[in-house]
Amino acid sequence: MLRLFAVLALILASLTPALAQEAVGNPRAETGGAQTLDDILRRQSEQKVDDTFRRSATGDPEAAAPITAPLGTLGGQSDPELWRGIRYDSADMSTQSRGPAATTLIQSGGMWWLKFREGPLLTYGAGLLGGTLLLLALFYLIRGRIRIEGEKTGRTITRFNGMERFGHWLLASSFLILGVTGLISLFGRKVLIPAFGHEAFSTVAIGTKWIHNNISWAFIVALVIIFIFWVIHNLPDRTDLTWLAKGGGIIGSGHPPAKKFNAGQKMIFWSVILLGGSIAASGISLLFPFEFNMFGGTFAMLNDWGVPGWFGLDPLAYPLSPQEEMQYAQLWHAIVSLVLTAIIFAHIYIGSVGMEGAFDAMGTGEVEEQWAREHHSLWVEEVQEAEMKHGKEA
Amino acid sequence: MKAFLIALVALVAITIGTNQILVHSGFSAEATTASAGNVRLGD
Repeated sequence: MLRLFAVLALILASLTPALAQEAVGNPRAETGGAQTLDDILRRQSEQKVDDTFRRSATGDPEAAAPITAPLGTLGGQSDPELWRGIRYDSADMSTQSRGPAATTLIQSGGMWWLKFREGPLLTYGAGLLGGTLLLLALFYLIRGRIRIEGEKTGRTITRFNGMERFGHWLLASSFLILGVTGLISLFGRKVLIPAFGHEAFSTVAIGTKWIHNNISWAFIVALVIIFIFWVIHNLPDRTDLTWLAKGGGIIGSGHPPAKKFNAGQKMIFWSVILLGGSIAASGISLLFPFEFNMFGGTFAMLNDWGVPGWFGLDPLAYPLSPQEEMQYAQLWHAIVSLVLTAIIFAHIYIGSVGMEGAFDAMGTGEVEEQWAREHHSLWVEEVQEAEMKHGKEA
Repeated sequence: MKAFLIALVALVAITIGTNQILVHSGFSAEATTASAGNVRLGD
């Protein structure tokens, strides 16, 4: 008997190194196949984690004990195994939804979007808008209102006709409402719910979402109107260089010559057209979820050109899941909108309190001749030449 | 300010008009993606 124990002890002792080797070869052996501390630490530091050990651990329905056996109704899959199957898209599911997103029930990759949307996007967005308002207030305190320097003539020149002003105000009013309702959507969860509660915010959110979604078409129509009317006047030319070299006359004294639109106004125009167009495109993508996907194709094209490599980055993610397409569209829509809002703050400032006589251009369409001579001297000459020519012909 | 007031009227008209067009066009996510019965994903 003692001899038998000795043999057993010898066999066990010889097996120990083999077991240890197995633990080294398979780090998850010690956790029974579950994730290890190293996996958790890697995930927390946002490094790649090999999840193959979890993907395949989805149970086996065929291995379920028969219903006649004790505990047989529990089946061959535990709840964690079922959830893993849903997460890694291997579960046998049925649904009434036929939408593209129905095939992705758990999107682990969406967490970075949620974190970014709840954190840096709000922080930097608020900083951008608040900082712009602060800078404009400071500028006003330092520079004051830009006055008409020469003596007013009492005569006016038609600067914008009714259709131009209609397009401008349609764009302006829709943009302001879109801006306010968009900010309510963006900051609702973090700012408005803690302040007013879920029920009050729910009512506001439902209303503002309806307005935001439907008023967007007026913005798009207005964008087309102002593009058609003003694109010809906003093509860059040599006078813009002079205007820019003299800082537009805002800083210091003297007014550089300008045509109907000076270089600053041209920058506003192209910002509105390009950024506004981009906001409209991403907005349409969000209005019709999964129908107009903009990012997967763009990322594939950029990867083909090797653009990420120029900046030392890995290739951009492709293909994207339907949810990822919407997440990128949401971020793009919000970021570009915030940038355009900051630009429009400056436009509103200079068109109202910042400059005497500027608002008349969009208010009545008629501007004081002296104002026009100071800010758009070349345009005044063009108008007067045209009037003289027209007078001669008549 | 006539242009401004007309723009506001147009804003309301376009907003309600496009909403009604979209509501009645049968292009909602519910109309395009829901089915009457349970279906297997990928079918």
